[in-house]
Amino acid sequence: MLSIKDLRVAIGGKEILFGINLEVKAGEVHAIMGPNGSGKSTLALALAGRDLIDVIHGSVKYMGENLLEMDPEERAKKGIFLGFQYPVEIPGVSMVNFMKTAVNEQRIYQGKEPLSAGDFLKYMREKKELVEFDSQLTNRSVNEGFSGGEKKKNEIFQMALLEPKLAILDETDSGLDIDALKIVAKGVNAMKNKDKATIVITHYQRLLDYIVPDQVHVLFQGRIVKSSGRELALELEEKGYDWIKAEANGHTP
Amino acid sequence: MSTSQEYIELFREKESILEKDSPSFMREIRQDAMHEFSLTGLPDRKSELYKYTSLQKIFEPKYSIQFQPSKVDFRVEDIFTCDVPNLRTRLEIILNGFYFGQGSMLTRLDNGILIGSLAEALRLHPDLVKEHFARYAHSRSDGLVALNTAFAQDGLFIYVPRGQTLKEPVQVVHLPMTGLDTLLHYRNLFILEENTSAEVIVCDHTLSPFRFLTNSVTEIYAGPSARFSYSRVQNEHLNSNLLTNLFINQERDSQVKTNTITLHGGTIRNNTHVLLNAPGAGSEVYGLSLSDRNQHIDNFVNIDHASPNCTSNQLFKCILDEQATGAFNGRILVRPDAQKTVAFQTNNNILMSDEAKMNSKPQLEIYADDVKCSHGATTGQLDENALFYMQSRGIPRHEARMLMLYAFAHEVIEKVDVVPLKERINDLVDKRLRGELSRCNNCSMACGNLSLPK
Repeated sequence: MLSIKDLRVAIGGKEILFGINLEVKAGEVHAIMGPNGSGKSTLALALAGRDLIDVIHGSVKYMGENLLEMDPEERAKKGIFLGFQYPVEIPGVSMVNFMKTAVNEQRIYQGKEPLSAGDFLKYMREKKELVEFDSQLTNRSVNEGFSGGEKKKNEIFQMALLEPKLAILDETDSGLDIDALKIVAKGVNAMKNKDKATIVITHYQRLLDYIVPDQVHVLFQGRIVKSSGRELALELEEKGYDWIKAEANGHTP
Repeated sequence: MSTSQEYIELFREKESILEKDSPSFMREIRQDAMHEFSLTGLPDRKSELYKYTSLQKIFEPKYSIQFQPSKVDFRVEDIFTCDVPNLRTRLEIILNGFYFGQGSMLTRLDNGILIGSLAEALRLHPDLVKEHFARYAHSRSDGLVALNTAFAQDGLFIYVPRGQTLKEPVQVVHLPMTGLDTLLHYRNLFILEENTSAEVIVCDHTLSPFRFLTNSVTEIYAGPSARFSYSRVQNEHLNSNLLTNLFINQERDSQVKTNTITLHGGTIRNNTHVLLNAPGAGSEVYGLSLSDRNQHIDNFVNIDHASPNCTSNQLFKCILDEQATGAFNGRILVRPDAQKTVAFQTNNNILMSDEAKMNSKPQLEIYADDVKCSHGATTGQLDENALFYMQSRGIPRHEARMLMLYAFAHEVIEKVDVVPLKERINDLVDKRLRGELSRCNNCSMACGNLSLPK
């Protein structure tokens, strides 16, 4: 589904990723872990098409197509979803209007009829239940005045509405209490099927108790320095990142 | 000869026509106004008040002035509808600066309310007009007011006697429609006595493609406990320049709300002066403007808190694209006796291009010590993070921009009380943001091929 080959990117002339290779197949869940500043969010944003990020080398194929040539909205319509680490507040733009526009853009792209206002509200109600999203929040402006946890749940709610093929969740677990974490995980798991894939970016193993990854990758200083099964996450939890850093720098612990 | 000198000469030449049928006190008022004008002339860029809008430039072309009403051989309301769906209004038309009466020039409603031509009111009710005319708009304060006072012959007159309510909103359509470049002066006077309420919607349009310069003065007297709402939609073509001078005098516990939506035009300057003359008066002054190409929009507001316990609230928003320029100058004056004043002012602007330019100048002068005042101004671009956030959900960038601009504008539109009007303005703003209001040959209106008035 997603094939990243030797991806090198820079922000404002400063290279952040130094050759990422990653293969994600349909049905899989990948976890990307790593210390702060290792380039995890940059990778997520590069995949979503943020124009601040300059791709200087490498290729990204998504469902056989060149992802890097697509506008962010085209990527979204083709089924890529980024759950933001820091969801953006958009004063004045209502949640309903925002998501109705997004859902209908996608439907039109897929050759379906856009949903009427009434049908959209019905659809929204179903999804709200799925992710246990506070019904009052959809009456507000996008993320405006939402608590940290509400913002993250809102990301999962939007994901549920858009039903992406490839979801990239950038630290959706940070700032969540254990109940909210379970809800987020439930939302992700509910959408899991053989045609879909998820990339979970996280600092902590905790989320991976609920969303079980097929593979865990450690990103350090702009490179994937280790890839393994889910036991790697447990090892990281136990030992921290120092041994990875040492290994990456050519020392044995 | 300078432009100002030309108008002084013109006044001398036409004085007898201007005086015709007017009561004698008008002669004095006009002469005083011309005297003031001869002392100051048109304000130039050195004047702090007109720092950001060059009047010289817009007065430069040769304009003709019309000294009598236009004769038209069609019903203006048939060819031109500035309609607000689901809103019943009383439609009044000011054609080329003159009240366009269909039969009666001044109508008396059952409850004693008078609506119609100011010139006619001057003839029939000189004492009533005299009590208020030129009492709030001072020729000394501004050359434009002086010029208007000297030259304006007609406009809309509304009188709401004590205790009465104007049931249907009055919709005034100002139409310049001539066959040559024209300077127009019109004068409105709205008198609301104690405990009255009224609503006026003003639509500024153009129906012919010539160069226009309108210099209008509107005086509003809001008596004790009067409630008045004044909404304007300014939608003219690029060669049409609009200078509006609004003077509002508020007495005890009166509430006046003005909302100016500027959609399209050449150079537009709106002066709004509010005098809070007695305790308990409340003023709301709102404005939204959308400009592109080389349009220029300048909103000047002066709120004079002359009495204690008054409130004022200003909110002005401006979206500028391409080479458009804008200015906002908001002054709040709290006089020494005006204790317990509550005065707020906000000005937010969005620049859509690198060439668009905005000048924002909040001005607070507070001479009382027990007041609550605030002001804030922001000028910036659309939040790139928000745009990307929406794009990442599949919303095309242009649509994301639209959603954000619309959200920005919404706060001002929300202030309009009349729901059908609010919906209409919503619709117009949406069309304007999508560029659908300004397609026809540099003109914002669908003029068609109308036969021009004689």
